[in-house]
Amino acid sequence: MFSNYTRTLGTQLRRFQSTLVIAEHNNEVLSPITQNAITAAKKLGGEVSVLVAGTKCGPASSALSKAGGVSKVLVAENEAFKGFTAENLTPLILNAQKQFKFTHIIAGASAFGKALLPRVAAKLDVSPVTDIIAIKSPDTFVRTIYAGNAIQTLQVTDPIKILTIRGTNFEADPLDGGSAATENIPADGCANDLTTFVSQELSKSDRPELTSAKVVVSGGRGLKSGDNFKLLYDLADKLNAAVGASRAAVDAGYVPNDMQVGQTGKIVAPDLYIAVGISGAIQHLAGMKDSKTIVAINKDPEAPIFQVADYGLVADLFKVVPELTEKL
Amino acid sequence: MARVLVGVKRVIDYAVKIRVKPDKTGVVTDGIKHSMNPFDEIAVEEAVRLKEKKVASEIIAVSCGPAQSQEVLRTALAMGVDKGIHVEISGPEYETLQPIHVSKILAKIAQNEKADLVIVGKQAIDDDCNQTAQMTAAVLDWPQATFTSKLEKGDKDLTVTREIDGGLETIKCKIPAVISADLRLNEPRYATLPNIMKAKKKPIQKLTPKDLGVDVSPRIKVISVEDPPVRQAGAILPDVDALVGKLKEGGHI
Repeated sequence: MFSNYTRTLGTQLRRFQSTLVIAEHNNEVLSPITQNAITAAKKLGGEVSVLVAGTKCGPASSALSKAGGVSKVLVAENEAFKGFTAENLTPLILNAQKQFKFTHIIAGASAFGKALLPRVAAKLDVSPVTDIIAIKSPDTFVRTIYAGNAIQTLQVTDPIKILTIRGTNFEADPLDGGSAATENIPADGCANDLTTFVSQELSKSDRPELTSAKVVVSGGRGLKSGDNFKLLYDLADKLNAAVGASRAAVDAGYVPNDMQVGQTGKIVAPDLYIAVGISGAIQHLAGMKDSKTIVAINKDPEAPIFQVADYGLVADLFKVVPELTEKL
Repeated sequence: MARVLVGVKRVIDYAVKIRVKPDKTGVVTDGIKHSMNPFDEIAVEEAVRLKEKKVASEIIAVSCGPAQSQEVLRTALAMGVDKGIHVEISGPEYETLQPIHVSKILAKIAQNEKADLVIVGKQAIDDDCNQTAQMTAAVLDWPQATFTSKLEKGDKDLTVTREIDGGLETIKCKIPAVISADLRLNEPRYATLPNIMKAKKKPIQKLTPKDLGVDVSPRIKVISVEDPPVRQAGAILPDVDALVGKLKEGGHI
């Protein structure tokens, strides 16, 4: 029967799927988005391998080798990967691809994954698919376009599928129940001086990381100054929340850029999102409208944020935020 | 002095609430306000500033798309770009045009025009791909400076501050290089009326992908474009106590 035939062919294709996950880490710890990428990789079916490259790969590779369903962890520890530049990592991924012939290469859609995978794709002459939110089949993916205002389902006709995944749309793999073999792969031809890492200035915070926090409190132009963000930090501390911001708050210099939530900042989908003094422009909604519960505090009853909020308070934030903090 | 190539895309204006076509093939673009992709305006502004600082000698803007793409080229010319190149792609070919195609076109033009720097926006606000700079750099085998918020040109290299997830990062890139502009790189200028008038006299060269030897055949098939799920209407609460009650009810506190 034809249907039987296609089913057999389907399973055969599936059997020959093999996915390489590019791990993201900072030489000390594995980035949580890698766990989301592993879940996505398992959804594709077939074998899953993970590549860890860096100047110090021990912590990340030992965490990853415990992941159930991962068949091998490829490790490339070399000074060439200082700063994790796309220029030096791309040849490594191409070497791995040549050796293992993966059907899919996947990473989280973080600044790291976004910078790296399109470069790899161009070298392989395939069209990458960035920031996917669902996998329908090994060649059919779902992603958002127009700042999350439309959902596009597309089928890739290229033989190798290169994907970055939106972390908030895939569960984190627990990284347990497995014992994957670790294999070193050579970094031949990876060292080049196209780009040199100089330094990093990371924002220090004791609060949970924005993209994986269960609760996010965000402030906008309504906060009026950087000092007033203290109101939000106090509230966030009560809720063990991360603090985000709208573009207006970042542009006004109230808070650093890496706190921006939106189309061009970070995409978050916490259990609870509290938007304070944020009007709710299309570009901001793109970054938070998949939150489970949205609370808006704004004195303008016409603010578009109220159209997506589950609970709204039309009030002066300077009055109600301290009150809320006190009552929690 | 450096020769700079900037990529500009015509997109639906950022303030427009888009509508999905009833047949689910895409979004409605006819009769909708379009303008230059906001990130590309930043790319153009940076190129013009480089020229004003006598770091750049000539700026060339490229746009790939239908005839109307010339409008954004004119805008770029009015902002201070010297010449435009319109790579005409329309109809079904434009529907499936992707960064892989655009990057090959940009790379070819960068070589033909002997560009030292290619500057593009970090992403187009319609497809939200965030791929073109990285892919152009790969095709050319040049370094890439993505998500740039600060750019300083030295003799043979660039010092670039990049916006990364945890904060900022500084790298040095050899020239020639491809740069993608983040929002914080600069504040684009408005074109003044005299400059808009002058821009009408500046040249726009017309090319086709074929002239450049670039194959634009589709690499994807769009299955559907749909509206995102609509959120249930919420409630306006009278006071903080009501909010605390709702948060308790929802198990948030």
